[in-house]
Amino acid sequence: MIPSLDLIPGVLAGRQRDVARLITRAEAGDDECRPAMTALYQHTGKAHIIGITGVPGSGKSTLVKALATAARQMGRRIGIVAIDPSSPFSGGAIMGDRIRMNDLSGDPGVFIRSMATRGSLGGLCRAALDAVDVLDAAGYDLIIIETVGVGQDEVEVVRASHTTLVVSAPGLGDDIQAIKAGILEIADIHVVSKCDKPDAQRTIGDLKTMLMLDMPRDPNWMPPVVGTSAESGKGIDELLKTIQTHHNYLHQSGRIQDRLRMIAESRILKTAEELVRRRFVRHQAGHFIAQVAQRQLSPYQAAQQLLGE
Amino acid sequence: MSSPIRVLIAKVGLDGHDRGVKVVARILRDAGMDVIYTGLHRSSEDVVNAAIQEDVDVIGVSMLSGAHMTHFPRILNLLKEKDAADIIVIGGGVIPDADAATLKNMGVADLFLQDTPPDTIVNSVRTLVEARGKR
Repeated sequence: MIPSLDLIPGVLAGRQRDVARLITRAEAGDDECRPAMTALYQHTGKAHIIGITGVPGSGKSTLVKALATAARQMGRRIGIVAIDPSSPFSGGAIMGDRIRMNDLSGDPGVFIRSMATRGSLGGLCRAALDAVDVLDAAGYDLIIIETVGVGQDEVEVVRASHTTLVVSAPGLGDDIQAIKAGILEIADIHVVSKCDKPDAQRTIGDLKTMLMLDMPRDPNWMPPVVGTSAESGKGIDELLKTIQTHHNYLHQSGRIQDRLRMIAESRILKTAEELVRRRFVRHQAGHFIAQVAQRQLSPYQAAQQLLGE
Repeated sequence: MSSPIRVLIAKVGLDGHDRGVKVVARILRDAGMDVIYTGLHRSSEDVVNAAIQEDVDVIGVSMLSGAHMTHFPRILNLLKEKDAADIIVIGGGVIPDADAATLKNMGVADLFLQDTPPDTIVNSVRTLVEARGKR
């Protein structure tokens, strides 16, 4: 086994095998790779990180492909982390995001990595953010995180990315209302996919109306609504331009600092959470579990003892 | 923490039959593995590139088209060329016994023909990955 620290020169040179291997180790959370990830962190922070979320079937993977293809033509190097759910019972996962991204395969300027949620709290696993670090250090300058379908998870993506895209598909009017409280609020840019469909203009209209009533997260950035059709290619260049406009806005206004701090905070918490979780497993928490189940300890007392408080 | 075995499941070439391969993907998922399915009509190059980026332990190729004597050797060669020969290649589908023996000699680690029980596939994948060891 090659020590993780020895993979770093390869990662920095963009060697795909080394990039892939380090992501695997970081995902597993092996202690062995921690010094390497720490060393690598100094080489990150150059990429523009885009989070893409939306309901299942809204066309996220297809949009990612179209965006990546267009951005490649502008000479960007694209990293993609595509997340799919793990089975809560077996822990296994079937990941199919690559099916819609196959045209990108073989282009050395595109690196696609599929990742399972592994039942992590918040869905956007710590490992996804570690993967983003590895890709960033390897010189991929536009990194796209594609989340699993809708749920509590999607709000997490906002604490991982500089620019968040929320994808809505036409013909889901009721669903839009239903998810309004959570997911629509986090968008920096709204995308209405499948704009070749007749309902699309109505969905765009609904979103714009809703946005007029909403208090934007940032009073100086009114989230634009962009209609796209991955099939005809309509709107993809406009979306790419809008993403760049948002990037420029963040840097010119200084708001990027808020985002970076928010991401940093979220990552510290997620990592701490995982460390505690592992300590729980290592401590053979069996006797705590039995005592709490039999009402001899409260959950709070057990947690305190576990943390050595 | 040990991580799940990662398997890339692929259909290569002009072969539109993917019911079986989806069943196999599901079997491996239910055995707790991370399964990446790349869809229909991929080239050998696509499969090897994807396998490297995904850092899988195993590539499983389903072949029902009769082109197995073309695609399996190509995949094995590409893996060698790209310094990725530690990725285990297995396969399944409609493959005559004589060809199966030849493919195994070339380096295909295991082949599952018709009527293979699901457990056999799961056990084979686990045994092969364990025998290869940590990398």
